[in-house]
Amino acid sequence: MNNKTIEITVAGDATKGAPVPSKTKTRKIVICAGTGCVANGSLDVFREFEKVLEERGFRTLVGEATKEKDPGNGDGIRTDPDSNIRLSKSGCQGFCQMGPLVTIYPEEILYTKVVPGDVEEIVKETLESGRIVQRLLYVDPVSSRSCTGHHEIPFYQRQHRFVLKLCGEIDPESLQDYRNRDGYSRAEQAWLRMTPEDVCNEIEQANLRGRGGGGFPTGKKWHLARIEASTKKYVICNGDEGDPGAFMDRSIMEGNPHSVIEGIMIAARAIGANEAYVYVRLEYPLAVARIRKAVADAEEEGILGDGIFGTKESLTVHVMEGAGAFVCGEETALIASIEGKRGMPRPKPPFPSESGLWGKPTVINNVETLATVPLIIDMGATKFRRLGTHGSPGTKTFALSGHVANTGLIEVPFGITLREIIYDIGGGVTGANGKIDPNGFKAVQIGGPSGACLTAEHLDLKLDFDSIKEAGAMIGSGGLVVMNTSTCMVAIARYFMQFTQNESCGKCVLCREGTKQMLGLLDDIIEGRATLQTIELLEELASAVRIGSLCSLGKTAPNPVLSTLRQFRNEYEAHVIQKRCPAGECRALSKPVIDPAKCVGCTACARKCPVNAIHGERKQPHTIDPEICIGCGVCIETCKFNAIGRN
Amino acid sequence: MAQVTIDGRTVTLENESNVLEVARKSGIDIPTFCYHSELSVYGACRLCLVDIEGRGIVPSCSTPPADGMVIRTNTEEIRKIRRMVLELLLANHDQSCPTCPKSSACKLRELARRLGVEEVRFPSTHIPVEVDTSTAALVRDPNKCILCGDCVRMCSEVQGIGAIDLAYRGDRVSIQPAFGKKLSDVECVYCGQCARVCPTGALRPKSEIDQVWAAIHDSEKRVVAQIAPAVRVAIGESFGLPAGSINTGQIVAACKAMGFDRVYDTCFAADLTVVEESEEFLRRAESGGVLPQFTSCCPAWVKFCEQYFPDLIPNLSSCRSPQQMFGSIAKSRLTGDLSCDRENLVVVSIMPCTAKKFEKTRPEFVQNGLPDVDYVLTTQELAQMVEEYGIRFSALKPESLDLPLGFKTGAGVLFGNSGGVTEAVLRYVAGKTGSVDTAAAVSTIRSDDGFREAEVSIGDKKLKIAIVHGLAAARRVAEDVRSGNCGYDFIEVMACPGGCIGGAGQPVTFDRETRRMRAEGIYEADKMLQLHASGENPYIRRLYDDYLGTPGSETAHALLHTHYRSRKRIDGEVISLITSGAGRRIDVSVCMGTSCLVRGSQRLLQEMVSYVEERGLEDVVNIELTFCLERCHNGPNIVVDKNIIEGCTFEKARIAIEDALGSTVGVADMAER
Repeated sequence: MNNKTIEITVAGDATKGAPVPSKTKTRKIVICAGTGCVANGSLDVFREFEKVLEERGFRTLVGEATKEKDPGNGDGIRTDPDSNIRLSKSGCQGFCQMGPLVTIYPEEILYTKVVPGDVEEIVKETLESGRIVQRLLYVDPVSSRSCTGHHEIPFYQRQHRFVLKLCGEIDPESLQDYRNRDGYSRAEQAWLRMTPEDVCNEIEQANLRGRGGGGFPTGKKWHLARIEASTKKYVICNGDEGDPGAFMDRSIMEGNPHSVIEGIMIAARAIGANEAYVYVRLEYPLAVARIRKAVADAEEEGILGDGIFGTKESLTVHVMEGAGAFVCGEETALIASIEGKRGMPRPKPPFPSESGLWGKPTVINNVETLATVPLIIDMGATKFRRLGTHGSPGTKTFALSGHVANTGLIEVPFGITLREIIYDIGGGVTGANGKIDPNGFKAVQIGGPSGACLTAEHLDLKLDFDSIKEAGAMIGSGGLVVMNTSTCMVAIARYFMQFTQNESCGKCVLCREGTKQMLGLLDDIIEGRATLQTIELLEELASAVRIGSLCSLGKTAPNPVLSTLRQFRNEYEAHVIQKRCPAGECRALSKPVIDPAKCVGCTACARKCPVNAIHGERKQPHTIDPEICIGCGVCIETCKFNAIGRN
Repeated sequence: MAQVTIDGRTVTLENESNVLEVARKSGIDIPTFCYHSELSVYGACRLCLVDIEGRGIVPSCSTPPADGMVIRTNTEEIRKIRRMVLELLLANHDQSCPTCPKSSACKLRELARRLGVEEVRFPSTHIPVEVDTSTAALVRDPNKCILCGDCVRMCSEVQGIGAIDLAYRGDRVSIQPAFGKKLSDVECVYCGQCARVCPTGALRPKSEIDQVWAAIHDSEKRVVAQIAPAVRVAIGESFGLPAGSINTGQIVAACKAMGFDRVYDTCFAADLTVVEESEEFLRRAESGGVLPQFTSCCPAWVKFCEQYFPDLIPNLSSCRSPQQMFGSIAKSRLTGDLSCDRENLVVVSIMPCTAKKFEKTRPEFVQNGLPDVDYVLTTQELAQMVEEYGIRFSALKPESLDLPLGFKTGAGVLFGNSGGVTEAVLRYVAGKTGSVDTAAAVSTIRSDDGFREAEVSIGDKKLKIAIVHGLAAARRVAEDVRSGNCGYDFIEVMACPGGCIGGAGQPVTFDRETRRMRAEGIYEADKMLQLHASGENPYIRRLYDDYLGTPGSETAHALLHTHYRSRKRIDGEVISLITSGAGRRIDVSVCMGTSCLVRGSQRLLQEMVSYVEERGLEDVVNIELTFCLERCHNGPNIVVDKNIIEGCTFEKARIAIEDALGSTVGVADMAER
């Protein structure tokens, strides 16, 4: 087959060395290489595309940077003048559940769950014949409609991808790609055309609030560090995202690492720092690699290092890996960890802005916060504040998971309601059978293991830092776990308590011993050993831990317990008074029962029962003696007639 | 003037660094485990919570006071949380309180009582672990640890060592020596300051009471005691007497009542130390010997110096400590008096110190298997024996110390305080040369700072002196000496804050004022004696005339001086990094001792580990860490199959490994595997 040209290719976009205008329509194949898609085999899909395109005579422009084996040759894609197709990897696009994701530009056709075996068909059908491969399109489970691209998928339609915009569009390993999208122009503006005070003011006027959990005003934080008289100051980017199921920061670091570095540069300008650390958790190897490469490329290009933008100032950025401790996401513990000490929080004051890393004034911001900064400098505080709510301008990324049809990473403006997130973006609540259940919603855990449960009464609450706090929860790092009616809230509280208990640094008594005892009390409730006094003691202990702990890990650890006690006290009471789990989830409390209408008296269950608790005549419905039954459930598995369930 | 309101009363601020200090000043003793004014603020025990208007409940230890603050120390909520904290701690405690040696002085027990904790509503989560009795000086019992971290901060911040630290996370947190080794295998110098601040019995002096009772009850044995200077001004605290009251006569009476044959004074030996150490100093000064001269009476400091400053060993005075001089003289001179042989003479030291328990076991102080000092009792242990016997200490009639080893001058008593050795030496030198003007220096020498400098003139010579207590301060001075630009002639070092009066064997106190009162007691005791300079002690003179000859004589050297050795920081088994399988293996040890570490052994190790991993040699090459091959000046050092390679580089190491590999299998073959 001879070389073919695809009609849609727009000429002039591929001149060697020239920057590609950002809005050019180019024939391009983008394969998601976020951690979720990589785990589902997207790199194999990428290689298969390379192979098939070559076999079928396409001239592919594969950026050296995107080749796995050789990440060395930096920025961007080789753009030979007569080539036709650019093959590129992107950062996480958020819809991990449907990965690997392949997008074909300029039509913006999104293929989901692509495996290497699909590649030849995509090339033949879509690239060569301009036809869509229907079976690879996403089907909306609500409307059963096939969606050809992001724009048609409800999961994306209701989002506002602002900080995440470039993740999924640019090659994260290409500095040139980032520069083509105005990258580093905002840092340049801050360094050359703004004073440090201007920068702080702009961020303060934008009312940017820390995305790491607390929602502290970033501009105020910067001002505090700026006014400290010290010749040495530090900026730290906190990428120690440790909440289970949360991967907002990882996606930004993997998908658009330069935006984080640009944010750091602006923060450094604002406070007068010449050294910065990016602290990334060890469990994010791809994020570590991409941030490292981005720093190296920026140094190579003279963006970082000495003489920033022609000034006499310098900025050195170090990338440091955490060692797996959740508590190192707490700022003072993180600082101790960088200093080579045991990662343990210390009492505040003094705050890091006054005495932080190595005792010097330090600003510590979360990844998402820093990635938002260049966008604010770009659009200005006034325009930024039009996004979101008055008290919480801008957007927030959430990791949506649990019993919803669509799970993944989403970005929405503050002020959106939970209902919109769960039903429009998430596509609705799924029931125990995995199908959409319109009445299935029970609760949503917001803010990770330190967060709290919100219920149906909060579905129309406009989400922002303050409204959530009023509802007794917190935005936290942005985990959203949707739970359906088959979920036991006591078991959920226990699950999160187990996590915080394991991750307590062990320094302060209330967190170390208190979470352990709370876990024990929850076990007592779940396993039928508790009384009403247990609940009272649990409540008293939870409140002591919340008020008295040293750091926010401890202070927020009881949140899941306190909020479920508040919203679902009847469930707790059912466990201790009636020794019954209303959701039927707690094994020790729910015992198998035989439905006499379905039982045919085959005796199979009676023969398998390890404690001989099942009695009955042959060919007559059997019964289980609850006094003898130990609740193991062997009978349920044995029954071929679906006649045994749990009470 | 800045003021705060505490529980409705106005309190004026006077530069207190935190609300807790302000509250204490105002007469409210806010409970705490982890706050010590001499240590950094830690904020872990959560007992010192207070309610500050506008801020809510915050820990008072880490909150700086501010003008106008309205503070409440006891609200319903705070009281509940404090009780909860104690319940939680008790639920994870072995609660063997009646048999715990710390029982009567235990802060956990005291606070549980004070705060009205009458019930622990939680099930016990305590999991018993092994008690570390590996050292002669201290017992480490993690079953009683409440993880307040006081010991850790004391060891690293005040003593500059860090022999113990927190390990693991969550409910598995524990305080341990490095690599989970025993205390005897790490760099602990046995000063026991960790035990001094430990609120419970988790770290405590190791008792020798039973051995002493056994000796007393053994009719073959003649048991003699020596009383260290700091003991007499502190033991009264155990019996309700004020700190600093001088109870020498009561100690003698109690010991005699309990069955000691003779009771002598370590101050006698301190006088002897002054003579020997001053003469050594004068000799060094006159003959151009190694200066500055470091004192050597503190065994914790001596071990510290051996571990971290082996190059300064020549600066250490060769004099034995007073305890060991006493032991040596007693064992050689008293057998006649007491008509027994050396085997049956039992010397018991009564000391404010835990390190003395270790010192007596040093091989230099053991002759033919018989130690010069058999047992060391701390002040606490002596008080315990008195209680066990049933003696009413405060009602005792004072009795006199026995002669000749019970006679001392005021200079010998001064050894109990930091600065005391210096003052005693100056008195001796003044007495001898008649040309020393010490008056001006005395106020500096007697101050309480951790680091003091003084200058005195001997004739036309100026003498520059440094006095330090706390080993972190000692480390700074030793580093100055090492760098060669400090110009000191004489440096006194005491490991414990305040000197021996602040020793870990003294009655338990968390109050700084107690230490000051003990120090005053020492100066008072000096004043009350007829003689004040060691050279005037007639029994010392007689000892020289009859037996020792002159100071520094051959006999004096044999009995009163010693030698030191460079010491590893970490003993015991090596730490394996890469462990190869069975069959032919190459053993590689990389030294991680201080000296090799600063010469780059860690980087070398990393390169070697990556080399072994890259070449896939894990099955054949064992890599281990070791601590000191005693070739420190040529580091970094490694051992490859028993051959020490000094001044090792990665290249040298690689060649050595490949040579060793070559002798078994071809390197190329190995790499292919």
